[in-house]
Parts: sequence; structure tokens; C-alpha cells
Amino acid sequence: MFTTLPALPGGRRSPSARSRRWVLAAAVAVTAVTAAACGAPGSGAPAAQTSSGATGQTVATTAPKGPVTLNFYVETGFPLPEKLAAEFQKEYPNVKIKIREDQFAVLTQNAPRVMAGNDAPDLIRLPTIVASAKDGLLADLDSYAKAYGWDGYPAGLLNQMRVSQGVRGSGPLYAMGVGYNITGVFYNKSLAARIGMTRPPQTVAEMESDLAKAKAAGIQPIVQFNDIGGINFPFQALLNQYEDPSKIADWVFDKPGANLDTPAAVKAADQIAAWGKAGYFTKDANALTYTDMMSRFGKGQGLFMFNGDWESQNLDKAMGTNVGFFLAPPATAGARPVAMSAPGTYAIPAKSKNIAATAFFLNWVHTNPKARQIVVDVTGASPGGPSSLPIPPVKSGSVVAQTLQATRELGQKGVAVDFTANATAGIYANTIKPELQKLITGRETGAGFAKALQADYAKELAQ
Amino acid sequence: MTLTTDRPQAPGRRGSAPRRPGAGRRRRRAWAGLLFTLPALVPYALFVLRPLLTSVQYSLYDWNGIGVARFVGLDNYRAVLTSSDELTPLLHAFELIGFFTVIPVALGLVTAALLHGLPDGPLARTARVVLFVPQVIPLVAAALAWSWVYSSDGAFNQLLRAVGLGGWSRAWLGDFTWAFPAVGVIGAWVLLGLCTLLLMTGINKIDPTLYDAARIDGTGPVQEFFAVTLPGLRREIGVCVTVTVIAALASFDIVYVTTQGGPGDQTMVPGLQIFQLAFTQRDVGLASANAIVLMVLVLLVVTPLQRISKGAE
Repeated sequence: MFTTLPALPGGRRSPSARSRRWVLAAAVAVTAVTAAACGAPGSGAPAAQTSSGATGQTVATTAPKGPVTLNFYVETGFPLPEKLAAEFQKEYPNVKIKIREDQFAVLTQNAPRVMAGNDAPDLIRLPTIVASAKDGLLADLDSYAKAYGWDGYPAGLLNQMRVSQGVRGSGPLYAMGVGYNITGVFYNKSLAARIGMTRPPQTVAEMESDLAKAKAAGIQPIVQFNDIGGINFPFQALLNQYEDPSKIADWVFDKPGANLDTPAAVKAADQIAAWGKAGYFTKDANALTYTDMMSRFGKGQGLFMFNGDWESQNLDKAMGTNVGFFLAPPATAGARPVAMSAPGTYAIPAKSKNIAATAFFLNWVHTNPKARQIVVDVTGASPGGPSSLPIPPVKSGSVVAQTLQATRELGQKGVAVDFTANATAGIYANTIKPELQKLITGRETGAGFAKALQADYAKELAQ
Repeated sequence: MTLTTDRPQAPGRRGSAPRRPGAGRRRRRAWAGLLFTLPALVPYALFVLRPLLTSVQYSLYDWNGIGVARFVGLDNYRAVLTSSDELTPLLHAFELIGFFTVIPVALGLVTAALLHGLPDGPLARTARVVLFVPQVIPLVAAALAWSWVYSSDGAFNQLLRAVGLGGWSRAWLGDFTWAFPAVGVIGAWVLLGLCTLLLMTGINKIDPTLYDAARIDGTGPVQEFFAVTLPGLRREIGVCVTVTVIAALASFDIVYVTTQGGPGDQTMVPGLQIFQLAFTQRDVGLASANAIVLMVLVLLVVTPLQRISKGAE
């Protein structure tokens, strides 16, 4: 590539130059052939918003008959789909479920291409559904929701999986939750006793005084991963208390005009910066991985950890009765709890050949007592489903019992808000992560954080 | 593929202008040469040229990788060349040249010269293996191992504590000041072996009589290095510099595994940014435009380097 063709005296080119010219010509010809095959990229893609289960169409709700093979594409290290599939196959031996797993980040990056392919899976774990719904990659589940009575479930559970015109919250249903997770604060009971913390903090201020006491007693106040931006858990825990939750929800759902560059966001970010300055996070927070955080908290190396109920079962095993859970406390005592909460969302690709059978599986997950028990046992999260069905029993006093109780409390008198990190595909990696890393080390102000968050959000949505 | 079946016709059959004798044979020889290069040419066209061309094509569209693309002309390039977000990663890429090129080539020269002086034996062989091992290990595995070395309780901090420098210990990859040099050192470690090996083979090609002559003239080892070894290695140094500069400007793996560009954007490099644009943010058009600009930049840097290393001959 970096050589030039030497010319012989008299302008004649050497034989080697001649053959090189041939090679060049051949290369151009080969590439021309390969390149000519493609027109505008994506021109062969399915038309936007097509759906296989258009609303109003009657759909079968009977168990799949004859031999059926369902393909699931799910995340590694999360055994729920596998256990549900095993139980389902026991009850319906004619169904064979094949599971393919990938790391979560890999799965989310591959998902659109996998669903667009000809051997699209029948069920896929999909954290963000807006872009895929827009591209017509997801089956519209409305007719199944009607036939199975899913639309009778508590509305908050299903609305966040509805998409219309690129905005979540209403429109056709494109996914179902399996395990309705909530987040909050896990705490180490024996460390809490050492600083005289006898009950979960009732307000943000009370929590701050606990943090200060722990710091003074030489106890690590918070152990929180931030190598990829995990301090967004405590940030949103604070934001949820200061900001109108519906405003946060609008922002996460990409409603036009949504804005989070607000005094409340600045206040929450300033508080996180102050916590960083006070040494409430670990010194190595910006290099701390999620796995290391779990291992340290499990070993008793921290008073608080902001995380979700998907770890309840693991923490029960690691810490026994030494671990407790509470929802992020409100700003003023007695105010309604607001918690970051989202279901594990599973979608059926529009190209699936077994949409009805997979919908039957999803309905079974929400209504079958054994399936519901599996969901609780594996995830520690509420199984969702009709509010008339009982929550499966768990060991009393366990942290799973506490997170389930918190879920009930939230459902009765609180507000659940989706993760701000789910607002757009790039917001977490491009903005939240680097900005939080700067924020806790004093390289960014709360005002700068809120401004960057909103600016990058608007920029990405405008693209 | 049609090229192989399209066999050249014998001269004169077409009955058109008469040809010079021998032209046909030469033409046939060219075809034979082409035939031999085909096994390499076809994959090259399919897996290098074709993606390159499609990248150029994608860079002219606003496309999320799935839906219908919208032609936007040069808008993506305008965004790349005017956005301030693009500048920091580019600066980092050039700073990485210090770690990826300067250190490995300089240390490689010294090491190669020292190893050359060693008699071939177990010591020299062990040294060669130790130096070259990083080249054999997949980059991802090497970066993963290094991220353990750099972690709070990792080997490096243990070493510091052991020698009484515990006050210096920190999570190196999460530290705003040290993350970048820490990543750079991994690159230097990986590329040192490659440079040493290339330079050693170069030294072995230098005419031994030159060394004898130098010794008769009474030069010491340092003078010998500058008078004989260094000039004799001009081409090898050129190759080392070219390969390592490209590795620095197009770096991705090490950063992706160790820091993901953090903390903040302290270690963000163009390669990782392109990856995030294409696969996280799903803005394939902008990512492609970024990639094309990066490629042009690499060519602009590397082409003069090639000229310099060859110019003196």
C-alpha cells in the first residue's frame, strides 16, 4: 500500500509492475462485485411498526400441541429462564426449550441483529425496547394481553413496556416482565448496631447522619461499584425523592420535551459529590467492579450498598440474618416511598415462528404457582401477574422477605420509577458513567452533571 | 470469481492489431501470478476491502444498523470534524505513541543489543521467551491479568506495601492521574517483545565483519551500538515504529478491557469511541465516518514514517 510502482526508463513498466496492475484491477473488480450487491443500508429491513399479532385479531391461548422447539436468548449468570424452562418442559413434554446465553452487554449489543436475522429467537432478554419496537423487530403482544387478561394486571407493570412513536408508556405492548425488580439499600446489621443505627433511616437526612457516624467509627459507609457508573443507584435514589417522579418517568420514556436539568437533579448530584468528598464511597470506587462490590459487602466490608432485590437470595446465602433491606428514604418523614424499579423485560421478536407458544409460556410464568415460586426463589423479586394471586411463601426474616415486603409497600402507597440509565442506548456509557466518576472525585459539579446529562440526552434523541 | 474462468486468448486470434512477440507470454505469466495470489486476494477483498467500502457507504447515511437508512451526505463527517468530543480521544491516541512506540522501540534496541552479546544458551533463550510471551497471549487475557495487577489488592499494590510505599498504593485504573499511564504500560509490555524480536533478527543480519572492524578500531560496546548496530537496523526500526504507531492510534482491546475509557474520559481512545457509537449508541453512520477519519489519519502519520525509514537507502 505504501509502495509506488517503479517505472523503467522510457516509460515502460516492468513485468512485475504490469502484474501488479492486474492484481489491482482484479481487486477492484472483486470489490466492485461485492459492493454492488448492496443498495442503501437497511433497505431490506422490515417496515417500521409491523406486528404479527395485530390488535383485535383473535389468538390461540391453548397450550402448544405437537413437538415445538422454542429458542431463548438470555443473559449469562442469571439462571431464571433456565429454571423456568426446565419446569415448563416437565409440564409440557412436547415443548423443547433451547437456551443460548451471552454476557449482558454482549446480548444488548447483538440483540437487534440477532432479531433481524432469519433464525431469530422466540424469546429474548431485552432491557431497552424502544429502538427495536420502532424498527419493527418486536411482536406486538396486545392481542395476547387481551386474550390472557394481562391488561388486567396492575397498570404500572405493563405500561413501561408499551411503545408508541418512540415513546414508552402507552401504545402496543412489546415485552413482558419476568420478575419485577425493585432497588433500595442493603445494610449490614452488625455494623449498623455498632453505630447505634437501630432502624432503617426514615429520611435522607437521617441516612446522612448514619453515613457520618460510620465514617467516624472507621466503618466504610457505602460500598458501591463505579467502574461502569454504579453510583447511579444512589444518585437516582436521591433524585427520586427530590424530583417529581412523573417527570423522571417522562425522561426515561423519552417523552418529547422531557428535561432533567432541574434544581432537584442538581441537588441530588451535589449531594453525591459531597458524599464523595466526605469519603463515603470507597477510595477505589471508580475501579470497583460489581462483582468486587458484592464480595466486599458480603464479607462485611461496608455498611450500605445500593442495589436491587435480584441479589436478595445471594445475600441471604452469604450473610444470613446479618443483612437488611430498606427502600431509599424520602426527603421528609412519612412521605410516600419512590424507588427505582423495573422488570426484567423479555420480548418476542417479530420474526419468531412460535409467537403463540411463547406467549403461552409468558402467561404460564405469571400465573402458574410453581413458576411464580421459581421467580421468587431465584430472583427474590415479585412475580407480578394478577393482583389476585398470592405471593409465593418465603422464609420469614430473610432479606428476600424484606424485599418482597418492600415491593408490596411500594405497590400500595409508593411510586416505581424506571432506571434513568435505560433512557437511551448511549446515555449510561457515554454520559452517566464518566460524569459520575468525575462527580465523586470533585472534577464535576452537580450543576455541570445535570447539564451534561440533559445535553447528551437531547443530542442522542435528536440523532 | 469470474476472473479465473475468463482465460486469456492466444495472441492474434482476435485478428485485430498485431502484437509484439512475447507480449502474450508475458501476459500469461501475469495471469499465472494472479492465480497464485487469488487465495490471498479473495479473502482480502471480502474481509478487508469490502468492509472498507461499506464503511465509506455507511458513513454517508444516518443509520441505526437495522432500520431504513437516510442519506445525509457529508453530515457525519461534519459532525466528526467539528465536535469537541472527538478531540480528547484523538489526543490520547497520540499520547499513547509514547508508550506504544517510544518505550518499546528504545527498550527493544537496548535489549536486542544486550541479548546479541549473550552467548546462545539457556539464559538467552529464556530471555527471548519471556520477552515474546506477551505477543502469544491474547490481548484481552493480558489486559485482564493486568487489571488484576493494578487493582486495590493487586500485585502492584502488594509490592508497594512490601517495600514500605503503602501510601502510594491506589486503584491505578480508577485514578484520574494514573489510569492513562497504567494503560500505556500494558501496551508497552505487549509491544516490547515484538520490537525486541524484530530488532534481534535485524542484528543477526548485520555483517559480522562490521563488528570485527569496529573492535579492531577499538570501539567500546556503546560506540559499537551507535556506529554499527543502530544504522544497520534502520529498516527494522522503521517496521517497529510503523506497527506500534498504528497500534497506538487504533488501540481498542486494552482500553476496552481495563477501563472502558474511564475514569471520566481519561483513557478514551478513538477505537473505543467508534465501538460505542456503533454498538451501544447504534449510530452506525457516525461511527463509520469516525472510522474513516481515523484511517486517513493513521495513513497520514504512517506514510511519512515509511518514507523516512526507506529514504536513506
